[in-house]
Amino acid sequence: MSGLLQEMTEKAQRLNIPFNVQLDLTYRCNERCVHCYLDHDDHGEMTTAEIKHLMDEMAEAGVFILTLSGGEIFLRKDFFELLEHARRLMFCVKLKTNALMIREREAARIRDLGVESVQISIYSHRPEVHDGITLIPGSLKRSIDAIRFLKSQGLRVIIANVLMRQNMQDYPGVRALAEEMGVECTLDPTITPMMDGNRSILDLGVDQGTLRQVFRDTALVGDADEFCAIPAPAGESELESTPCSAGHTACYVSPYGEVFPCVQFPLPTGNVRQQRFVDIWRDSDRMKEVRSIRLKDLTTCPSCTHAGTCTRCPGLAYLEGNMRGPSSQDCEKSFARTGIPSANMLAKKDAAATQARNLVQIRTLSNLASVSA
Amino acid sequence: MSRLYMARNPKVAARSLDGEMMIMSGRDSTLFTLNKTATILWQSADGTTPLDEIVDRRICTEFEVEPTEALRDAETLARELASHEILQLSEEPIPPHSTVAGESRAGESK
Repeated sequence: MSGLLQEMTEKAQRLNIPFNVQLDLTYRCNERCVHCYLDHDDHGEMTTAEIKHLMDEMAEAGVFILTLSGGEIFLRKDFFELLEHARRLMFCVKLKTNALMIREREAARIRDLGVESVQISIYSHRPEVHDGITLIPGSLKRSIDAIRFLKSQGLRVIIANVLMRQNMQDYPGVRALAEEMGVECTLDPTITPMMDGNRSILDLGVDQGTLRQVFRDTALVGDADEFCAIPAPAGESELESTPCSAGHTACYVSPYGEVFPCVQFPLPTGNVRQQRFVDIWRDSDRMKEVRSIRLKDLTTCPSCTHAGTCTRCPGLAYLEGNMRGPSSQDCEKSFARTGIPSANMLAKKDAAATQARNLVQIRTLSNLASVSA
Repeated sequence: MSRLYMARNPKVAARSLDGEMMIMSGRDSTLFTLNKTATILWQSADGTTPLDEIVDRRICTEFEVEPTEALRDAETLARELASHEILQLSEEPIPPHSTVAGESRAGESK
């Protein structure tokens, strides 16, 4: 983040302004990615008029960065009408898409409307792996064609690569592909549980060995020794800090008008079909609760070695059952980075040991069996 | 003497944060914040009101400044904003953009 953008974000936080909002226009999708956390049925999406009205409210509330995502945004027949409305309100608009429906004409229109960036999911440079994740034959070729159309229009394109078991050896190939096309590339090893709480897709996440390999890849992290160094204990200022921007300067709105602190933090705080966006942002008790949490208030994390440097996601913690608790995926990342288990991992180990001792005690009761025999 | 007209570049993103105008360049995503005078120019850049009228009506009334000097400074500032593609400048009135029309006082939150 640039210095000025950071400064403006901090100002927004002081003023309690929702600076950065992700709005999912639909959960419908033309891919069926194996790791996706969404249910792709339409349960009553907001209409064109409802979304335009919401955008008006967001502009009035001070939202600057508006990310339009889904599902696949281009499945909405009114997509360009909505995008045009957003740009008329002078939002800094970012798009997230699989780009299957972007051809030359769409790319030119996106450029004409002054979109800041387009993020496209690419999971591998090999069709058999990428298409095996999206479950759509030919999808890699179509997405790459779209990236070239967008680039030819001078647009900023970012490849988003989610790391999972299926593609764990392919990220250098994706980076090389990005470099060849002159676009940016991000890599994220986080798998998000389904929005209904189903955690089965977490099994797709990569193992410790792969995480360690990624965190020591100098092409990704720069100085690996510095990146993987043992962190200094959290100081006073870190303990007083807020976990992330969710609910502070950022929030998420679903296609059904529900407002959450973040796309990865499905704590319902209100619905724009019943209340004004700004009233939910300012007055929702749940939003206020999220906003009140400081690192020192967390259940396990304040005493953890990694407290000052951990990427703990409060949304993932919430999906584990407690928004003030640890996020195990982030514990695993800290462990892979430094080799030092988190306080949460140690607590779980202790609990497992206690449980094992209890089992041993039960076994000693076998005397009872011999008595009764 | 030719007159100078200004229009907001429809490709930028803009929002007022507690009275401070933020503009993100459509060219390279560089973020700018505008000072009070630049904000007045931005808000007044409707493509049809000449710069000298804007200076006369909005800048000279806001700041205690001599009109000729104010116009010279405003023109310098307008050209600087144009060099970052935040404003478009012309010696003729600039028609509204056909796809994304900049609205009056665009980018201001209430």
